[in-house]
Amino acid sequence: MTEAAGEPKKEEAQDFRRLHSYPLIRHSDMNEEMRTEAMELCVTACEKFSTNNETAARMVKESMDKKFGSSWHAVVGEGFGFEITHEVKNLLYMFFGGEKAIIVWKCS
Amino acid sequence: MPVAAKPALKKPVDTMSSQGLASKKASKGGKGKTPRGKDMDDMSEMGEVGDEWMQQKTMVKPDDQLELTEQEMKEEFTRILTANNPHAPQNIVRFSFKEKVFKQVASVDQLAIHFTLDGNMLHKDSDEARRQMARGGLAEAAPSEPAVAEGEEKAEPAAEGGEGEAKPEGEGGEAEKEEGATQTAPAAKDGSKKLTNQFNFSERASQTFNNPYRERGTQTEPPPRVNFSSTANQWEIYDAYAEDIQRQEKSKEKKGFRGQQESTSRKKISAIESQGDDISRIEKPAKILERMVNQNTYDDIAQDFKYWEDVSDEYREQEGTLLPLWKFSYEKSKRLAVTSICWDPKYRDLLAVGHGSYDFLKQTRGLICLYSLKNPSFPEFIYNTETGVMCLDIHPAYPHLVAVGFYDGSVGVFSLTEKLQEPMYKCTAKGGKHTDPVWEVKWQKDDLDNNMNFFSIGGDGRVVSWTLVKNELLCTDVILLKLDESPADGADGTQLFTLGCGTAFDFHKQTDYLFLVGTEEGKIHKCSKAYSSQFLDTFDAHHMAVHSVRWNTFHPKIFLSCSADWTVKIWEHTSNMPLFTFDLGSSVGDVAWAPYSSTVFAAVTSDGKVHVFDLNVNKYEALCEQVVVTKKKTKLTHIEFNPNYPMIIVGDDRGYVTSLKLSPNLRKIPKEKKGVEAAKGPEVEIAKMDKLLSLVREPPPEKK
Repeated sequence: MTEAAGEPKKEEAQDFRRLHSYPLIRHSDMNEEMRTEAMELCVTACEKFSTNNETAARMVKESMDKKFGSSWHAVVGEGFGFEITHEVKNLLYMFFGGEKAIIVWKCS
Repeated sequence: MPVAAKPALKKPVDTMSSQGLASKKASKGGKGKTPRGKDMDDMSEMGEVGDEWMQQKTMVKPDDQLELTEQEMKEEFTRILTANNPHAPQNIVRFSFKEKVFKQVASVDQLAIHFTLDGNMLHKDSDEARRQMARGGLAEAAPSEPAVAEGEEKAEPAAEGGEGEAKPEGEGGEAEKEEGATQTAPAAKDGSKKLTNQFNFSERASQTFNNPYRERGTQTEPPPRVNFSSTANQWEIYDAYAEDIQRQEKSKEKKGFRGQQESTSRKKISAIESQGDDISRIEKPAKILERMVNQNTYDDIAQDFKYWEDVSDEYREQEGTLLPLWKFSYEKSKRLAVTSICWDPKYRDLLAVGHGSYDFLKQTRGLICLYSLKNPSFPEFIYNTETGVMCLDIHPAYPHLVAVGFYDGSVGVFSLTEKLQEPMYKCTAKGGKHTDPVWEVKWQKDDLDNNMNFFSIGGDGRVVSWTLVKNELLCTDVILLKLDESPADGADGTQLFTLGCGTAFDFHKQTDYLFLVGTEEGKIHKCSKAYSSQFLDTFDAHHMAVHSVRWNTFHPKIFLSCSADWTVKIWEHTSNMPLFTFDLGSSVGDVAWAPYSSTVFAAVTSDGKVHVFDLNVNKYEALCEQVVVTKKKTKLTHIEFNPNYPMIIVGDDRGYVTSLKLSPNLRKIPKEKKGVEAAKGPEVEIAKMDKLLSLVREPPPEKK
């Protein structure tokens, strides 16, 4: 019984992963163009380095530094809590792929 | 010579050194001795002549000279003469600010200045020299005139070599001066060249004013910072996605603005912050606030609306009252009459009011306002139109569509969801609009092609059906209101018909194709959508224009008509005679059946009164006759019952819409016998009516 219940649950879970794979912005106070650009960048980084969070975060951080000025910070992961100070209008917190959470903020 | 000099040198050196004096003196002594040496040389030259005179020289010893032995005297002391300044310090140390240490200066200046004299010699070609010469030349102008004259001649570019007199004079120091004088004298004579003083010159220097320096420092404000914290777990992510999907689905289903209001009352977890303009973001909260303020202001009215029942009705059997509730008005509508009112079938607190003018001569613009009971002070929607609005109707299934008939004969459909001020569909002159004001419009059920359509009746005597196809209104003439005269013969042999003027119509609730038309001539025609050329029946109803015809809400055979001839008549459509006639004392603007009872109806008149009748209670008199307007001479134009609440709204010709609550006596539903359940529904109402009718049809022995 439990197995049978477990299987449809698994399928459901996979289904949700599929359905929830689009990038979803959880919180952001950037202006429109910066936000879309940052989001695109994060999605690209996560897709490119889907196995290695560190390199994905590095790519995000360096690109943001080049485009928008120094001292960006990026965290990519699946389970973490955080408390950060960020410069106003320079924060993006989004989910992607149903499992990954990415937070990117500027603070020099 | 050096031989002669040496012993001379040696002597004082020896003596001096033994006394331990500084070498300086020695060198001075040495120096002092050299002229003597020189003299001695001269003398030695002459000494060849007088040698024995020299040899007779004896040693002169000063008294305080050291006594030295011969050996000591022969001792040679070597002294090296260098160019070093003995008084100059050998090691100077200076503080280097660059390296912040004391450093020894590499080389010490060995120059010793023994004597300085500021001279006052000028180069004769310098400016100052020239100036002086000029001044000197002027002073000596008189004595040196002949010389000057000669000099002049010399100065003249005449190739005369016979100026020898001046020339030899020119040799020598004075001549130089004269030359200078001659040179400068012609210059003085010219008067244009600068005079320079050869000997007395003064230095003159000047410096511009240097502005004083001031230090100034500032620091820019750092960009503002803000803290942010959250947790990123798998379940958080899942929840966020689920919520987002839900929201997306909801937004797809939503139609009409009302749905959004339900969600504003719930707390929102702001998932995505909208980057809108600041003003537009507070639009919704501002709207809610406005409603709150209105509810607080009109709180007692809201309480009355909900709960107040006229207690005195228990003591008055056959009377009822109307309690005034909210009064809806809009500042721009104050000069326009209310030409039609309509309740929204879906949103129970929304009512639509059309404004225009009944005056034939004074025709101005029109206005459509939609009010909500929750905000009586300002309309929710406002549409301005160029011509007066004569009638409007809200679609029962799509409450965002409002069909409107205008004074100029055109019809339009407004969509409340679009933010347009123009109607979404509008008929054109080519499209068959009426040539006279449109008096009534009514939505019908969707036709066979699922297109929405509505009917309109106009003063040109046509009943037209309009269909919304894509972006247009297509019209079809349903029926022409022909007058009962014989058709006149036209010029080509065609038959001309005179058309009456239709002022009101109403469709049967159950049988779709059956409808009634009221005309300006006072006739009521029973028509069918199927027959376009003939009426099913005609009633000679009134002597003046019929303002309104209404089918009974429950009973399929009864209808009501009111007219400008002061009467309200109740008919059964099978019979030609009215069942009931009521004379109300003034032109009746509108009449309406109550939605909750088959025997209750209300009428409004031009003297500002509302009459409410209940045939079940009193067949001859109104239960309530009440003036509802504040100013006299206000005519009431329209009345509508609210389908859900015990409330009526009345429009007047000043642009106000007043809402009134019906007292309990006016909304009596017949009591059943004890023990039996109160059966509600159309059957009961129909039965009630039938009972009445049976009394009327057969002349009753007693009349109440």
